[in-house]
Amino acid sequence: MKELLTVKRLECYLLIVVAAAMSGWGLAGSPVVPFEIADKAQPRHQGDRLVFKRLSKLGMTPAALCSDAVFHRRLYLDVIGTLPTTAETKAFLADKSSGKRSKLVDRLMAREEFADYWALKWCDLLRVKAEFPINLWPNAAQAYHRWVRTCLVENVPYDKFARDLLTASGSNFRVPQVNFYRSMQSKTPEAIAKGVALGFMGARTDEWPEKKKHDLAAFFSKVGFKGTSEWKEEVVYFDQWKTNAVKLMVSTFPDGTPVRLKPAEDPRVTFTDWLVRPENPWFAANAVNRVWFWLMGRGIVHEPDDFRSDNPPQNEELLRWLAKELVSADYDLKHIYRLILNSRTYQQSAIPATDHPERTASFAHYPVRRLDAEVLIDALCQITGTTEEYTSAIPEPFTFIPEDQRSIELMDGSISSPFLDMFGRPARDTGLLLERNNRPTAAQRLHLLNSSHIRKKFETSGKMKKLLKSKVKPQQLIARIYMEILSRPPTKAEIEAAMTYEKSSKLGRWRASMDLAWALINTKEFMYRH
Amino acid sequence: MHDMTISRRDLLRSGLCGAAGLMLPGGLRAAPAVSAPRAKAVIQIWMWGGPTHIDTFDPKPDAGYDYCGPLDKAIGTNADGIQIGQSLPLLAKQADKYSILRGMTHGVNAHETASYMVQTGRKAGDGDVYPSAGAVTSLLKGYDAGYKGLIPPYIVLTAPQGRFSESGFLGSRYRPFSTGGDPKAERFAVEGVVAEGISDDRQRGRRELLHKLDALGQAMPDSSEFKALDACEKQAYDLILGDAGKIFDLTAEKDAVRDCYGRNTFGQSCLMARRLVEKGVPYVTINYKGWDTHKQHFQTMRQKLPEMDQGMSTLLQDLSDRGLLDSTIVWWGGEFGRRPKVQWDPPWNGGRGHYGNAFSSVVAGGGFKGGIVVGATDAKGEEVIDRPIHPWDLVASMYELLGFDPSAMLPHPQGKKIHVYPDMAAGLKKGGRLKEIMS
Repeated sequence: MKELLTVKRLECYLLIVVAAAMSGWGLAGSPVVPFEIADKAQPRHQGDRLVFKRLSKLGMTPAALCSDAVFHRRLYLDVIGTLPTTAETKAFLADKSSGKRSKLVDRLMAREEFADYWALKWCDLLRVKAEFPINLWPNAAQAYHRWVRTCLVENVPYDKFARDLLTASGSNFRVPQVNFYRSMQSKTPEAIAKGVALGFMGARTDEWPEKKKHDLAAFFSKVGFKGTSEWKEEVVYFDQWKTNAVKLMVSTFPDGTPVRLKPAEDPRVTFTDWLVRPENPWFAANAVNRVWFWLMGRGIVHEPDDFRSDNPPQNEELLRWLAKELVSADYDLKHIYRLILNSRTYQQSAIPATDHPERTASFAHYPVRRLDAEVLIDALCQITGTTEEYTSAIPEPFTFIPEDQRSIELMDGSISSPFLDMFGRPARDTGLLLERNNRPTAAQRLHLLNSSHIRKKFETSGKMKKLLKSKVKPQQLIARIYMEILSRPPTKAEIEAAMTYEKSSKLGRWRASMDLAWALINTKEFMYRH
Repeated sequence: MHDMTISRRDLLRSGLCGAAGLMLPGGLRAAPAVSAPRAKAVIQIWMWGGPTHIDTFDPKPDAGYDYCGPLDKAIGTNADGIQIGQSLPLLAKQADKYSILRGMTHGVNAHETASYMVQTGRKAGDGDVYPSAGAVTSLLKGYDAGYKGLIPPYIVLTAPQGRFSESGFLGSRYRPFSTGGDPKAERFAVEGVVAEGISDDRQRGRRELLHKLDALGQAMPDSSEFKALDACEKQAYDLILGDAGKIFDLTAEKDAVRDCYGRNTFGQSCLMARRLVEKGVPYVTINYKGWDTHKQHFQTMRQKLPEMDQGMSTLLQDLSDRGLLDSTIVWWGGEFGRRPKVQWDPPWNGGRGHYGNAFSSVVAGGGFKGGIVVGATDAKGEEVIDRPIHPWDLVASMYELLGFDPSAMLPHPQGKKIHVYPDMAAGLKKGGRLKEIMS
């Protein structure tokens, strides 16, 4: 961002922008301060070229490049589910080296919180939950979460990750990945097949023809479950002699290829061999589409777990290119993250440069999305230096939650808080990606605007107290509050508005500053990824 | 006995089984009720943890000490031939207003699954999580159906029940609003609505400041996401600054009334529920905790039953005096009952375990007749021996009184065809709707 712009010119920009916005002009002209900067909108790789090609075909221009401050905050929230600290923001904004954005991408992907945040997302779709309707039981849920997180830390290739989940046998406590088969709403071959198709093919079997459903179920008809003498332990294994309604012998893969199943061979392995082949039309495409959805807010196939012939990808070439990239990078998902995060497409401003109704579906701007429930409460805790209480209704020693636990680290969907529930944390009932609900409700609005819960966090915050008691000029104090909450310095006009408020409200510095902090956490800029 | 043919006949009688009804597309929202509904609202007294049936509404004084412990007396009521537990003398005087469902059964002893079944009227584990009765009421009698109140249509006093996601696949729009705070406090600080120590002037000033500093919102005036948020904000401020929030001010009630309900959280919650229903809120749950009495059961009963007796009996009397009982269903019950046989050994020391095989619920008002017992358990309260009532029988009966369209479907995100009425699902063992007490 051009921090050297004079204040006068800044104000001038603001005026132009606000006027433009109000009169409904296209915004393709000057960048909106402080959210955007000018650039030549050059594609950075083939992915960008494919997005831009599509946009120009539809008569759209991509949005402006987001400013450094916006990028920095966005990347923290998207990649590690964590608000940047003031020190981190300052250092990034002061860094004048080229390639600093790309370096930040690598730095954040190496952080512990990367594994925390993505384990959370993966555990949503794997339905990692102790009780109802998925009944993993607390210590199995925690073992499973730990396993998923470890895979992320070690960056296990996605094909191996899938194979481990699909073919494992053993105890739910000791071989945690077997919990995959325990986290369906029922243990029938059909229910397992449904969960497998959703997770690894992005397909919903409900509408499949009966024969196709039945054929997929055949691969899971020999999954055995048995208890042990240890309480709530369950062993998942290949049960060659299991009898059930699903007939074995000959089956058909979902792409129509017939296969002969041999009684002594675990059909899960046969299925997995078929699934993870590079030419499988679902496997890699589903994986990259999901990452795209997570980072870009919308799938190339959308809804992101609804691959079917009558729901074509918005940009087929783009999807194919990404899938090819995943395969040629030996299923390294971090490679896909890097491609997306370094793209001009991802680094667009949230403010669209076109009124085209398809602008969001075509990725003509970065779509605003309310922060995930967990990210939002963690951010509020970080700003105030306070903690939250998380509880599970299941009375077990395994569900003890330390006081300073961040919510993105919660390992079990049965552990929650009223705030998380209110702000649309998924119940982990279905494994559908859109079960996470970030749509606003009046109750959420009441909570952030006016609840004692949030108010007390600020009023009792030692961190805020220290900040507000520091002997600095009012402008500096305002700037600090801005950096802490919005991860950017205030504009001149914003400083003036805050100072005017203090004077005209006659509340005194403490209460006026509290109100400023309150106002900022209630801005769209705070509540939404942008 | 009631069975499937009866439900079918009911359908025919209400005239909606004809072609017109069946041809309506799935996901029919907010269908207008066919006949004038008997009930406009539900007050659900949710006995969190599973209340004992044998010490409340299904006493077994002859079962002996191993079953009754010290609570071995039943008392007569103002309804002919009906006796209830000795700890509920005030409710005994109101028995003509409610009916006791002693045939409740589902056989599940786990809190989560049982809570789910009782509150949704659905069997667990078929791949979907269905919405609770409150969420369905919020769908069919809330904002989508023309409800205009500023108070959300589905309220929980005071903390969420948890255990499962109440709105199920309907999504968060139909979640209950839980008030937080404590209605027995000097000021009932409803979370988000009432902020102590912030004057209305300061509220307005802060709101202006917020709008002035909303730079991103100003830069994207035509964002549909932001417009949705602005609409929620307006709704929120109508509650914060408008008159609607005054409903929560219990000091507006006479001291004598508040005393009558009992100056405890449950009693004042009952009073609050009455005020909400009076204002047109269609579904209020009082989440009454503390009934999961594995240990020292009888000590807990001595403390809690009088409180429950006072609050609930006053609620029934008050609703009746105000002419609200005719249109308000009061539904008392938890996820299951408690084991009739007492566990005297340590570590329980006189506790009762979970018991889903046989338990009681109580319903009053809104078209449910009073003074009747439906179903019966054996001499020890362990088995249902007459007129079993499954969760779907009870929930469907309430829906019928609430006037929900018998052909209506719930909007399912993947377009599955799901009847609003849970007893219309396939493969259920049924006791039938509670026709014997429905007027």
